[in-house]
Amino acid sequence: MIAIDKVGKWYGRTQVLADCTTAVAKGEVVVVCGPSGSGKSTLIKCVNGLEPFQQGRITFDGISVGDKATDLTKLRARIGMVFQSFELYPHMTATENITLAPIKVLGRGRDEAVARAHALLERVGMRAFADRYPANLSGGQQQRVAIARALAMDPIAMLFDEPTSALDPETISEVLDAMIALAQDGMTMIVVTHEMGFASKVADRVVFMDAGRIVEDAAKAAFFDRPRSPRAQAFLSKILRH
Amino acid sequence: MRLDIAFIVDHLPLLWQGMQVTLLLTLLGIVLGIALGALLAVARLSGVRPLAVAAAAYVDLFRLLPLLLIIFWVYFLLPLWLGRPIGGFYSALVSFVLYEAAYFSEIIRSGILGIRRGQINAGLASGLTYGATMRHIVLPQALRNMFPVLLVQCINLFKSTSLVYVVGVNDFLMAADVIGTKDNRLIEMYGFVALVYFTACFLASLAVSRLQRRYAL
Amino acid sequence: MERYAWNWGILVSQPYVFWILSGLLWTVLVALAGWLLALVLGSILGVARTVPNRFVRALAAVYVEYFRNVPLLVQIFLWYFVLPELLPQAAGQWLKRDLPNAEFWTAVVSLGTYTACRVGETLRAGIESISRGQTSAGLSSGLTMTQVYGYILLPVAYRVTVPALTSEFINIFKNSALALTIGVLELTSRTRQIAEYTYHAIELFTCATVTYAVISLIVTYAMRLVENRARLPGMIASQPTDA
Repeated sequence: MIAIDKVGKWYGRTQVLADCTTAVAKGEVVVVCGPSGSGKSTLIKCVNGLEPFQQGRITFDGISVGDKATDLTKLRARIGMVFQSFELYPHMTATENITLAPIKVLGRGRDEAVARAHALLERVGMRAFADRYPANLSGGQQQRVAIARALAMDPIAMLFDEPTSALDPETISEVLDAMIALAQDGMTMIVVTHEMGFASKVADRVVFMDAGRIVEDAAKAAFFDRPRSPRAQAFLSKILRH
Repeated sequence: MRLDIAFIVDHLPLLWQGMQVTLLLTLLGIVLGIALGALLAVARLSGVRPLAVAAAAYVDLFRLLPLLLIIFWVYFLLPLWLGRPIGGFYSALVSFVLYEAAYFSEIIRSGILGIRRGQINAGLASGLTYGATMRHIVLPQALRNMFPVLLVQCINLFKSTSLVYVVGVNDFLMAADVIGTKDNRLIEMYGFVALVYFTACFLASLAVSRLQRRYAL
Repeated sequence: MERYAWNWGILVSQPYVFWILSGLLWTVLVALAGWLLALVLGSILGVARTVPNRFVRALAAVYVEYFRNVPLLVQIFLWYFVLPELLPQAAGQWLKRDLPNAEFWTAVVSLGTYTACRVGETLRAGIESISRGQTSAGLSSGLTMTQVYGYILLPVAYRVTVPALTSEFINIFKNSALALTIGVLELTSRTRQIAEYTYHAIELFTCATVTYAVISLIVTYAMRLVENRARLPGMIASQPTDA
């Protein structure tokens, strides 16, 4: 469903992505990991056009993301994204956060949108907080609302950009549980994360990036048991020690 | 409608005379204003209650009032107080100093307060006295931080000097006004004034931004 | 000051008290009308300074640089003396002769466009402080850039910049005094006028001083009310409340 083909990206003269090629099939869960600065967040932001790229192609459900003729707004309505800093709109309640896009973009009626929002909040375990403002929610709670917000547009794929990196350790598991449930429901997901426990549970494949390149791209078992590249081996040994 | 550039060129000497007054007012206003402002800032930061309150009251009052009103206050009352007439230039100068001192004092005060308590603690913990801590650690950083803001305020002062128009001081704007009204060439004169102010202030602001980027802490 | 004759009663005697009140009225009118213009124009400007379109941003930057670097008094003179000459004959004549209260409207437009520049810069800073993450979040759910501005960036930016906007609101009241140079008989000019007639400068300027101080207090209080009603939930709170 998502094909990334020889993607290259430069910020001015610095190259941040080089020759990135991978693919995500429908229903697959792909975890992207690697050290800081390896370009994982940049790559994922290229998938829904939040970041432009200069070389290569990215296709989403047959549509070319980099093509100037593509209606990115329409495309983004079909891909959900969850951010490291949650980015809930501070002036709206949890429900309002979730219903904004369905009402304004999909044209749903308010009652229908609110009902859907409550159902999604139920799904992530946040139904009781429907009328709370983000400032009155903990980080883990905000992120779960953010996941519900992304789901409200009925996306056919979800992108997660380090969803738990800004959370206290105690709250990480509640978010990961929500993501695991999503994966088990068959959602196509690309997840940039350091949480190898999550990867080992639900990932189908693991992509390891270093210095802007995809260094390893293997099925989960293969990656964890027999990482081929020395970089990946070093990374795993450091991560798993904790 | 044709612009008579030659007209402007012919009157450059007179305009330059006016500009000299403007520049003089600006310079004196800056020097005396910062001096008084520094005193006010020290007064507010000192532990002496009556001094701090008085200085705060001064600053709050002068920041509430239009500069024009202060100019009139001084223009009308300074002669009464001193018992003899004071020309427009000196009334204007005194008004500027009194007015700008309030703003300069706030810049200086927040520059000093902006230095984190941790810096003072670090100095004290290593055995320096409070005075030495201020001298070697706090003030150098504070001065570096407040320098660009002070410069911006100086540029504002330069623009504000145009207000001396109301008390008849022959500054740059007044000179242009007199020449323009006499020969009915207000467009060229006011246009020229705007151009000169724009160029001077724009270049000055650019210089300040560059300074800020180079010396930012 | 041996020979100063005090007379505080001058402030309430006729006709001077009416002059003072009329001056106050004009001050308030000029300031409020100018503020309205400044808010509308400033909002457009603040948005224009942050949109992705480079041409629009450049245009807005030119506007800001002009209004920022030319002294307000010079701007007022340009509007009042120069603009009518630059317009086509008929329009120029209308401005000079037929427009009622031309000085008032000129003052409003000068103050408004000048303050719009400052309001615009304030809003720009507000928008930029929140924009990256919120814009990404809005865009990635399929909102257009216009929708992102309208539903997310502007509502938050206005709330966040209330303190800075308050000080601009107070500034416009102070700057309204400059309208006296083109003949608007606002508060400062009226008090100076009476002082010249009656030589009771101290009483009159004290009256003006107190009035400006009171105006400032009222504006601050009013904006604080606005801030409280529009406050972002939890903006002051440093800790989220317990789940």
